[in-house]
Amino acid sequence: MRVLAAVLRKELRLELRTFESVPGMVLFGLTIFVVFHFGLERASVEGDLAAGILVVTLLFAGMLGLNRLYVADEEQGGFDGFLLAPVDRTWLFVAKATALFAYLVALEIVMVPAFALLLLEPGLGQALPELVLVLALTNAGFAIIAALVGAIAVRTRARDLLGPLIALPLLVPVVIAAAGLLEPLLREGGAGGLDAKWLAILGLYDLVFGLLSVAVFDPLLED
Amino acid sequence: MTTAIELAGLGRAYGERAALDGVSLSLPAGSTLVVFGPNGAGKSTLLRILATLLRPTTGTVRVLDGELPREAWKVRGRIGLLGHDPLLYRELSARENLRYHARLHAVDPARVDELLDAVGLGARADDPISTYSRGMVQRAAAARAVLHDPELLLLDEPRANLDPAAAAALEPLLTGTPERPRTRVVTSHDPAGGLAEADVALGLRAGRPVLLAPAAGVTVDQIGALYR
Amino acid sequence: MHGKGLRGLSVATIVVLVGAFAVAAFYAPLDADQGFRQKIFYLHVPLAIVALVGFIVGGLLAIQHLRTREPIWDLRSYVAIHISLILGVGVLVTGAIWAKSSWGVWWLWDEPTLVSFLIVFLLYGTYTPMRFAIEDRERQARYASVFAITAGAFVPICFGAVRAQPQEVHPQTFGSGDLPGPMWLTFLVCLAGMALLFYTLYRFEIAAKLARGRLRSLRRQLLDDAPVQRRSAAPTI
Repeated sequence: MRVLAAVLRKELRLELRTFESVPGMVLFGLTIFVVFHFGLERASVEGDLAAGILVVTLLFAGMLGLNRLYVADEEQGGFDGFLLAPVDRTWLFVAKATALFAYLVALEIVMVPAFALLLLEPGLGQALPELVLVLALTNAGFAIIAALVGAIAVRTRARDLLGPLIALPLLVPVVIAAAGLLEPLLREGGAGGLDAKWLAILGLYDLVFGLLSVAVFDPLLED
Repeated sequence: MTTAIELAGLGRAYGERAALDGVSLSLPAGSTLVVFGPNGAGKSTLLRILATLLRPTTGTVRVLDGELPREAWKVRGRIGLLGHDPLLYRELSARENLRYHARLHAVDPARVDELLDAVGLGARADDPISTYSRGMVQRAAAARAVLHDPELLLLDEPRANLDPAAAAALEPLLTGTPERPRTRVVTSHDPAGGLAEADVALGLRAGRPVLLAPAAGVTVDQIGALYR
Repeated sequence: MHGKGLRGLSVATIVVLVGAFAVAAFYAPLDADQGFRQKIFYLHVPLAIVALVGFIVGGLLAIQHLRTREPIWDLRSYVAIHISLILGVGVLVTGAIWAKSSWGVWWLWDEPTLVSFLIVFLLYGTYTPMRFAIEDRERQARYASVFAITAGAFVPICFGAVRAQPQEVHPQTFGSGDLPGPMWLTFLVCLAGMALLFYTLYRFEIAAKLARGRLRSLRRQLLDDAPVQRRSAAPTI
């Protein structure tokens, strides 16, 4: 745990110092909203269309975060520094996933209200707690996959391309489940409640890939 | 434990290219091994294997009391590495970097301040590494390498980028104390200086050990021959 | 030395496959509403099942590679995935043909199996580029194994998630389990044929790679002459 705290602190401190990830993600996300507005030629969306747009935008903005996640370590010897320490290497994965989760939360704090203002027709208020839960589970899925795939992609050529290319198919079930869960929430009259089936799928996904990633992460760090 | 390093037929291959081939030696604890050889001879590879960062492809490696790579976890915290890469984040200050490593190694944070003063970086400790001169970076990296008081210190050309005064200031840090002398493996391009500080000399060429002897019996010419 | 028993295997495969197609074409009854074109089902579904099992087996072989670090396991994992990818192309093509002849469109988003398969295929499509992007052989093999394990676990999850989506108009033709006797039999024969095909191709490719590796190493030892290895995505032994 001490290790997790140490690495996470370093991650967040670096992010606050350099602003490498979050501002880019936010800007990108907002731009995608605008593009959607023009692309769809609609003043507002609701229901399944709204759910889809929100999830896809978060996904793409998240891909930016994925590309950035390990770059500092790769270029400034952070991997070696960590590998020399007598610590369990899996903590690096947990720290990276937690950091990205935090970045996604920061992203959503800006983007969800922006979405409500720019594109959403019905309000958000009535379904807020459910929304938070869905986004939390979705972020967890993104973060786990990004932390795993980022570590794979960062030491290959064409890392910016390969990362999203591998991560996107892997994240399709998350997109399906998240969109399915958000759809009733973003409809007029909101509070449709959460569909247990999608909740179960999303939760199961997070659990399975969380455990799997922890199990296979170690071999990625060796030289 | 009297033998710090024991190598038998150590080899490391990258595909078909052998970076190291058939290195065998036994280094008593507390002594200094100096590795000579032209660029590409495998010196850095050897150091990385000893640091547990790289797995050997053939042969056996015993460092301190652990057999690598199987028992790397046992010895990792007792080895320090000062290589070409300072392993410091450029946007963070020396103090922040060292505190991070201190936490990873479960070292008392007070030691960080001690070390920063010892290497003469006390005044600039809170400036980002990106603002440091090469010599300052080297000193900060040295502090990082000895932060956890390692039994075995691996140094890849430690005096590069340092003026004589700074190098002298670093010396006591790198040698350890008389009660607890550090075992050291140092790579060097300086035949005279290297031999002076060595107990054992190893000469590598194209990954193969062409010279291995107690330093007392090795001449500067023999080292020079490696480069021809 | 390499490729023992391959001739027998090939003969067996050809016999079973030809037999399977004959059975499918002549013996199996015609589907009530789809007619003859339903028979592509006997090609498409076994191909899909074998390909998916191949992907998962690739993951299992990769686990073995990470445990033992022996390159032979990486070779086995690579070949399994490789062959499944090739069969996968067949799956998508036959799926499209079936869709076109049955529903008049080249693709059906409503057919969850087809859609899941596409996602899995897109994922595994990155396997070879990823391998190619890593020059160091040992690291390439290690990373590929991590990928294969993750992707192998992903296959069932993907199918589960896509299937959970509410279906709109088209029935899950490939999902329904109650097939009349003769159809079942035909299906099983075709499945056996495809599995044999996979296994034979797998053994061929492994034998070829091992033989080539041996040749290289002999040339290097005896003639001092091995050509410099280009970067490649395939493991070399």
